[in-house]
Amino acid sequence: MDTVKTVCINNQTLPINNERNILEIARKAGIEIPTFCYHSELSTYGACRMCLVEIEGRGIVTSCSTLPEPGMKIWTNTKEVREIRRINLELLLANHERECTTCYKSGDCSLQRLSRTMGIDSIRYKPTHNQKPIDTSSVALIRDPNKCVLCGDCVRFCDEIQSVGAIDFAYRGAQAQVLPAFGRPLGEVECVDCGQCSRVCPTGAIFPRPQIDPVWNMIADRKLRVVAQVAPAIRVALGEHFKLPAGKITTGKIATALRRLGFYKVYDTCFTADLTVIEEGTELLARLEANKNIPIFTSCCPAWVKFAEQYFPDLIVNLSTCRSPQQMFGSLAKRALPAEFGIDAADLRVVSIMPCTAKKFEAQRPEFVQEQGPDVDAVLTSQELGRMIESAGIRFEDLPEEPFDTPFGMASGAGVIFGTSGGVTEAVVRFAAEKLTGNPFGYEVSAKEIAPGIREMSVDFNGTKITAAVVYGLRNARRICREVKEGKSPYQVIEVMACPGGCINGAGQPVTYDFNVIKQRGQSLYEIDGASDLRTSQDNVAIREAYEKTLGAIGGHTAHDLLHTGYKARKRVRDKGIHLHGVIENPLLSVEVCVGTNCCLHGAHDLLRDLVAYVDTNRLQDSVEVNAAFCFEQCGAGSPQVRINGEIITGCTFDEVKRRVDAVVAR
Amino acid sequence: MNTILDTLRTDFITRSAASNARIIVCAGTGCIANGAQKIIDLLGETLEREHLLPTLIVDNHKDKPAVAISGSGCQGFCQMGPLVNIEPLGVLYVKVKADDVAEIVEESIKNGRIIERLLYVDPATGKRCKGKNEIPFYRRQHRLTLDLCGRIDPEDIAEYVANDGYSAADRCLNELAPQQLCATILESGLRGRGGGGFPTGKKWELAAIEPGNEKYVICNGDEGDPGAFMDRSVMEGNPHSVVEGMLIAAKAIGAHEGFVYVRAEYPLAVKRMQRAVTDATKLGIIGENALESGFTFTLHVMEGAGAFVCGEETALMASVMGRRGMPTPKPPFPSHQGLRNKPTIINNVETLATVPAIFRMGAAEFKSIGTEKSPGTKTFALTGHVANTGLIEVPFGTTLREIVVDIGGGVMDAKGKLDTNFKIVQIGGPSGGCLTKDHLELKLDFDSLKSIGAMVGSGGLVVMNSHTCIVQVARYFMQFTQNESCGKCVPCREGTKQMLLMLDDIIEGRATEKTLEELERLARAVRTASLCGLGKTAPNPVLSTIGTFRDEYLAHVRDHRCPAGQCKALLSPEINPELCVGCTACSRVCPVGAISGEKKKPHVIDADKCIKCGACAAKCKFNAITGV
Repeated sequence: MDTVKTVCINNQTLPINNERNILEIARKAGIEIPTFCYHSELSTYGACRMCLVEIEGRGIVTSCSTLPEPGMKIWTNTKEVREIRRINLELLLANHERECTTCYKSGDCSLQRLSRTMGIDSIRYKPTHNQKPIDTSSVALIRDPNKCVLCGDCVRFCDEIQSVGAIDFAYRGAQAQVLPAFGRPLGEVECVDCGQCSRVCPTGAIFPRPQIDPVWNMIADRKLRVVAQVAPAIRVALGEHFKLPAGKITTGKIATALRRLGFYKVYDTCFTADLTVIEEGTELLARLEANKNIPIFTSCCPAWVKFAEQYFPDLIVNLSTCRSPQQMFGSLAKRALPAEFGIDAADLRVVSIMPCTAKKFEAQRPEFVQEQGPDVDAVLTSQELGRMIESAGIRFEDLPEEPFDTPFGMASGAGVIFGTSGGVTEAVVRFAAEKLTGNPFGYEVSAKEIAPGIREMSVDFNGTKITAAVVYGLRNARRICREVKEGKSPYQVIEVMACPGGCINGAGQPVTYDFNVIKQRGQSLYEIDGASDLRTSQDNVAIREAYEKTLGAIGGHTAHDLLHTGYKARKRVRDKGIHLHGVIENPLLSVEVCVGTNCCLHGAHDLLRDLVAYVDTNRLQDSVEVNAAFCFEQCGAGSPQVRINGEIITGCTFDEVKRRVDAVVAR
Repeated sequence: MNTILDTLRTDFITRSAASNARIIVCAGTGCIANGAQKIIDLLGETLEREHLLPTLIVDNHKDKPAVAISGSGCQGFCQMGPLVNIEPLGVLYVKVKADDVAEIVEESIKNGRIIERLLYVDPATGKRCKGKNEIPFYRRQHRLTLDLCGRIDPEDIAEYVANDGYSAADRCLNELAPQQLCATILESGLRGRGGGGFPTGKKWELAAIEPGNEKYVICNGDEGDPGAFMDRSVMEGNPHSVVEGMLIAAKAIGAHEGFVYVRAEYPLAVKRMQRAVTDATKLGIIGENALESGFTFTLHVMEGAGAFVCGEETALMASVMGRRGMPTPKPPFPSHQGLRNKPTIINNVETLATVPAIFRMGAAEFKSIGTEKSPGTKTFALTGHVANTGLIEVPFGTTLREIVVDIGGGVMDAKGKLDTNFKIVQIGGPSGGCLTKDHLELKLDFDSLKSIGAMVGSGGLVVMNSHTCIVQVARYFMQFTQNESCGKCVPCREGTKQMLLMLDDIIEGRATEKTLEELERLARAVRTASLCGLGKTAPNPVLSTIGTFRDEYLAHVRDHRCPAGQCKALLSPEINPELCVGCTACSRVCPVGAISGEKKKPHVIDADKCIKCGACAAKCKFNAITGV
């Protein structure tokens, strides 16, 4: 008996298999229906109204929000549907800055593609676009509201998948915009720079901040030696930029292309991934033995690190102190390569090729910037590298394959799988297994999916058990962190990647909305691992050599200096209080009154008012500065609290402040 | 009989016994705007000075009046406000001024005489009407939902109870099963008064059959149509009827929490609803063990977020949950997944206020009012070029003629003269359509209106005379929906803006027939493709006016002429030489020197110089100047 429920789309009978809407069924069957605002990983939003279809007997509906019902007869391209779609698109274009030639997204833009496929040759509506300022405040991303079609994909990704909510809709109707909170610049809000907003953006309204020009300039400077490091995820994705099949492995072509672009040496970030495995594995075993700061969180994803710093500052001690492979490479290269090349340290430049936008932020963190400059001088995404290759007139697909340079080009399969979610854990497990059992593969794993994006892995090393969580998506990370804080977490190791699927799906990668492509990239990384002679980090001779020549002992002083780092709590995006009164530069006396809830309840507001009045009446504006400060976080110690020239006075009164002001001013 | 209600009723009767007369001053927004508050204050002061206010010692009043004074909700006859009722004299004074207060106290209170000059004069007969039952405006209405509005003190729960209030809820909570409640409402044929006309009983049943204990009842009081104030009047005039309706609805679907979502721009309605909820909770009528039935229903009053679109149910729920008021696609429908993803019913104020009446009178009797498919009554806000503007309630099936001519008192032309000659009646606000003289005998109900491309909507009725330009009417509503679009979906956000620009082009003489064609095409696309009801109905005023008055649109786009003479850009300034006497008043007042001519000879206007400020026409005593 035939019990398969079906719908009929464009005369094709298609089965219903729990798809959440008609659009999903159509896409599975290879029927393309245009959308701007639909992503299978996000909630249905229903705003762009492009995915209209006609259902016989029901009329025109949006396929993204209509449940398939057995027996439905659906047409995706009727005359009316096509006409309304076209009107919709023209309406969007009438309110769009159509400067396609100078747009970052040109070529990858859904608006452009649909205009072409729908044959838009003129726009019947009046231009209604008002130029808005471009936000270049973030080191990772540029926001160009002039290109925004208000589909809300970025907003939903940031909220639903990452639980950050750095951007949202503001204003209404024709004035509606996507903005960071209070219209502040993106660089000054809680954005973690994962860039997934730019990945899902159908247009060029938010995109990775390009660094192509500075890199060309470095290469052009004959005095400089510019070396490249290539992240694991690039080799399985860059091919797509050149229309090669999804997941095509192009490691050798990348090395060749970079040399032809003018890079002096081309190295592999997988090499420092191996280094990370050894440092982090050692750190894990030490923590387990001391039973201290367990669970250990991985620290290779800079978006996750910033997320943890912002929302879970009390879990910072649980983060591995290991720098990310990019930064290990930077510090090691800057230490070791000048001597190797026989050049002045100031003449070395390190450029990393990353799948990621947050790496641009990471490279500029003060922890990784030395007196003579940053450890990593520039970060290019795979998209940017693809464009550089194109602009240099290199036919990528025809390139011969060359190996990476030694010594930092040698990597194990364990280093390669860093590019996919779960890879870091597996690499560390291989390291730990050898330490614990003598055999890098002497372990058994049982894995189960707790939720989409959260996998639990129980690893048994001949009786020694470690339970790890492999997490992607920061909302998932938030859930796990909460469990850790509540003491309900069973894990010793927690790997977090901000991007769904890991670095292979980073925001800097060639644009795709198809998760099968992401899966293919991941499989290819494992293919490289499987084909590799060297599958464990600890067996990488180049690593051993690096310890011998540069780093000293594992976990030793130099290794610690170059390969580890510290974190800072970012509970507040801005530490500075609000300046209220008096001089701004070099005040004789700086008074900061805490206006946190507790202090306000205990009279901080009155104190502040009296103080401002006192400064006014006694004409002390030139010597005393009054600020309202954020909570000093010592609420138990007696409120209100006032910080005078750095010293916090608890249970403070106006008279006390006055006494101190008088004392200083009298001097 | 419920002891809580009994106590309240007794309390009210005791209090009433302390007075032997009562003055009720309409304190609806229209009357307040015309000075009703001052009248209330003055009356209070005067009565106090004259020792005429009731005291607790009843004996004191044996030989002189003891007058209770209260404000009421809107009494509907806004055109004639401020309104003052005096009982037991049974008079309604209209257009009362502060200066009249002394006389009212002296004559009507002390001497029990009627002041003739303050009575309403029926313009048709010239007869002075003593009370509401003599005034045609009231006589032709059927006040069911609005029954107590304007008769009781809305802030006195005891008075509501004394008028049978909460008796329906008492029976529903203590005697009837939830299924019976849904069945009664279904049987009554009550349809949602918010615009769509969905059967309320069906809505309740859908939510009632959903499993689970967490369900919600929401009252949609986010009335935002321009010119509509029915819901506001109910919330201000009889808030307890809404609370009672919600309590019954909650019991019917098994909800234990409810929200009254009131437009923030209705401060008085917010205050009255809050007062009603607080009083009812305090007295155990709602809350835990409501009316001693063991049923729990907690009710909150929430102020709206100031957006028209929050009247759309999904946007409203988002707003209640503290999110941005933007609609979401349906399904899921609220009855399945509404507030906090739980089954929710959202009913309009008027719908809920009608529920207790249905239980009091019985479904069968309710169904006997109105038409077969649209039983009951409907309130309308009657405004525009009509003699009696105000709030009215009529049975469904009342003809347009009865409303405009009999109740509205006829149409006023530009000079204030009355006739029956209107151009259109716009119904249903920015989502509605237009009725013309052809529809004078149309029996208004959900289905008849739908069949001619209009809708009941929230119940705004704007009468417009023949001097109205139809394109400008469409533009007015388009401007409104464009301003109120939430900005989420493309057709509404961008489409309404483009439609507005096209209408501007038509009005300002830049349009061609092609513009009209594209306007219609775009309007149909916006109607089909928009996400929510706001966008889907936004093109209605345009489409329905084009449908009915295509010639007038064509005159604008083809001949660049405005038949109503309202579109300034399409007028050419002219001085009629037959009428002009050459007094030179116009040329002296013209700010740009566009008028020339010799004294005592007809003048001429230079159309290129004229800026159409209209100063000359205003100055001309001979009506010789047109087109400025």
